Amino acid sequence: MGFFKKLKDKINNQTDQVTDKFKDGMEKTRDSFTSKVNDLVARYRSVDEEFFEELEEILISADVGVETVMTLIEELEMEVKRRNIKDTSQVKEVISEKLVEIYYDGDDESIEEINLNENGLSVILTVGVNGVGKTTTIGKLAHRLKSEGKNVVLAAGDTFRAGAIDQLEVWGERAGVGVIKHSEGSDPAAVIYDGIQAAKSRGADVLICDTAGRLQNKVNLMNELAKVKKVISREVEGAPHETLLVLDATTGQNAISQVKTFKEVTDVSGIVLTKLDGTARGGIVLAIKNELDIPVKFVGLGEQMEDLQPFDAHQFVYGLFGDLMQEESNES
Amino acid sequence: MAFEGLADRLQGTIKKITGKGKVTEQDVKEMTREVRLALLEADVNFKVVKDLIKRIKERAIGQEVLQGLNPGQQVIKVVKEELTELMGGEQSKIAVANKPPTVIMMVGLQGAGKTTTTGKLANHLRKKYNRNPMLVAADVYRPAAINQLETLGKQLDMPVYSKGTEANPVDIAKEAIDQAKEDHKDYVIIDTAGRLHVDEGLMDELQQIKDTVQPDEIFLVVDSMTGQDAVNVAESFDEQLDISGVVLTKLDGDTRGGAALSIKAVTGKPIKFAGMGEKLDQLEAFHPDRMASRILGMGDVLSLIEKAETDVDEKKAKEMEQKMKDASFTFEDFLEQMGQVRSMGPLDELVNMMPGANKMKGMKNMQLDEKQIDQVEAIIQSMTKKERVEPDIINASRKKRIASGSGTSVAQVNRLLKQFNEMKKMMKQMMGGKKGKKKGGLNFPFM
Ligand SMILES: Nc1nc2c(ncn2[C@@H]2O[C@H](COP(=O)(O)OP(=O)(O)OP(=O)(O)O)[C@@H](O)[C@H]2O)c(=O)[nH]1
Ligand SMILES: Nc1nc2c(ncn2[C@@H]2O[C@H](COP(=O)(O)OP(=O)(O)OP(=O)(O)O)[C@@H](O)[C@H]2O)c(=O)[nH]1
Ligand SMILES: [Mg+2]
Ligand SMILES: [Mg+2]
Repeated sequence: MGFFKKLKDKINNQTDQVTDKFKDGMEKTRDSFTSKVNDLVARYRSVDEEFFEELEEILISADVGVETVMTLIEELEMEVKRRNIKDTSQVKEVISEKLVEIYYDGDDESIEEINLNENGLSVILTVGVNGVGKTTTIGKLAHRLKSEGKNVVLAAGDTFRAGAIDQLEVWGERAGVGVIKHSEGSDPAAVIYDGIQAAKSRGADVLICDTAGRLQNKVNLMNELAKVKKVISREVEGAPHETLLVLDATTGQNAISQVKTFKEVTDVSGIVLTKLDGTARGGIVLAIKNELDIPVKFVGLGEQMEDLQPFDAHQFVYGLFGDLMQEESNES
Repeated sequence: MAFEGLADRLQGTIKKITGKGKVTEQDVKEMTREVRLALLEADVNFKVVKDLIKRIKERAIGQEVLQGLNPGQQVIKVVKEELTELMGGEQSKIAVANKPPTVIMMVGLQGAGKTTTTGKLANHLRKKYNRNPMLVAADVYRPAAINQLETLGKQLDMPVYSKGTEANPVDIAKEAIDQAKEDHKDYVIIDTAGRLHVDEGLMDELQQIKDTVQPDEIFLVVDSMTGQDAVNVAESFDEQLDISGVVLTKLDGDTRGGAALSIKAVTGKPIKFAGMGEKLDQLEAFHPDRMASRILGMGDVLSLIEKAETDVDEKKAKEMEQKMKDASFTFEDFLEQMGQVRSMGPLDELVNMMPGANKMKGMKNMQLDEKQIDQVEAIIQSMTKKERVEPDIINASRKKRIASGSGTSVAQVNRLLKQFNEMKKMMKQMMGGKKGKKKGGLNFPFM
């Protein structure tokens, strides 16, 4: 069975609604990527050096990252030789296969699931640089968990940015969950501490902690974050159950540096890739999984409460290659 | 993944061609390959990179190697010139309308920093030009966006015009200007909601605001961490709104900021300001030349040079260079240099600014031992004038005297003498003297 067919079967087993949402959300991304690959395949009859050079550019333009692209191209070249592929249209399949392979690299798909404590309080810590979508993601996630029947509380740990607390409160109202807050300028660790106590006394299932955006090279701010995390681990056994680093899909190579430093300081367990509804392709997550072994757990596909979807590398690639798959099944 | 700057990247290739009189086509090919990777890693758009590489190749092939520059430095020079040219000169002026108020509109993607920059610009206008701005809350979509701007207004003690979230942004902008006229405000800065450049409905709204208020400036606010997509964003906003300038935010981070180059290349519009932090006074004029160096991973080399230039007068530097070349560099000179270097700032900071420093083992996080440097200084100071100029005369008894004078040991004095000799040899090689094989890096006696 061809790879596209396998991929398609896999997707068909999931609810259509989820897939459509993902597909629609990534429409812009897919259109440009697919048309580029198609165009490439149409222009080159044979698989030669020039073909690979151009393929390299397509991948780079998706922010996949120079190093990962180089590795990928090398592997592709080998694969093409091994399978004795001469026709460019056959390469399409190998490309997507490799992309998924690079992503999973032997891991199974459960790495994408959110990790929660089934009996007792779970704490989710949200971190990231400025303006990536942390607070919005918390609102969406609260809505999601609540509709799964969970009792959710939010803690307004961003006491720094103007209007940050009000913003989280609006999201709390929208999602119908409580928000624990202090006044602007107060100690974030103290807010989180209070959030934990409130969550415990309310018998909540999940506490989601917002934090102020901070650039990873600000040592004192990163120390502050380490302190917040320490309070969480001290107050709840096994917590935080998830430390989600929020990444903006428009971010380029700096995302690697972000993941590295935030991982060092807070032991990031998963990534939320936001703003994938734009034209940026977020290819950097391939490099991040490949180089730093942190999986993407959710993607943000808009500014509304429902615009958060679980990540699935197959869907991600389907989003990139959906049209190609269509073609193949038409052919067969 | 090591994030190498161009200078680091080129070191391998440079070694191979040092000593050649001409840069050959093959050399250029190898070096431009590295240049290409460096630019791509810095997030410069691949199309922009392609054009640049073409021009660099044309310029670099067949060039005579300039006096005093090795071929690598020469390529860097060409690359830097091309980049600087592309980036244009410094332009941080803000328009002034014939009839006040001058209207500025802030636009951009979600989370880029529009609201913060609105506050920063207002602060800048008041501080630098003694202006009286009014802020306008035209983002009715993002939760608490109005609140955010009002908080900034309070911090600045400046008026913020808002009409709640039910009003239409076009009406808000229009009425705000009437209000500003009435209140004799000379600047109006309109904060708009973040939006995707492909969101037709919302882009249309900006167009309507523009048509209604006829702004004197439209600033596109862009996050400096943006990757390859920066060209699409900038191109779209510019096509639809004909922006007048760009503000690049979050440059206080460690991003290379190649997006700057991409944006300039596709829009031709000046990047006017740089956001350097979250606070309202952290806005700076944008320096294209510094940005060019930063993208190449040499920003710090440049500031090092700048620092050195202001501290050392040129004639002296020339003299020093000559001394390094003919190996007549003495302990006396060394002492003077050390003094100059130390006056430039904390040493570990300076070392980290040097290209290649992050590649040297253990160098990156190394705390340079200031105590050790004090010792070196003390040893030299305990030498007589003659000994400093002619270290060869330092025999065993002199060594003993120097050691006790500086509170060190004879072994330490010996080590310094040996290292100083090696350093002199190295300098001679580096300064374009005879070619010779080089082992390891440059070893200053205090490292
Ligand atoms: N299009 C789109 N916009 C998003 C998405 N997620 C967040 N945003 C927008 O991005 C902007 C910033 O989002 P916030 O949630 O405030 O980001 P943050 O990381 O909390 O920001 P700071 O707390 O200031 O660091 C807002 O305008 C959000 O509406 C997404 O998935 N798609
Ligand atoms: N470190 C740093 N942070 C910045 C800078 N400019 C803005 N920020 C931060 O980036 C985040 C987003 O800034 P905003 O001003 O809310 O961005 P915006 O474009 O108005 O966002 P939306 O209205 O949601 O589209 C906030 O956390 C700001 O404090 C900067 O130059 N440096
Ligand atoms: Mg926030
Ligand atoms: Mg805003």
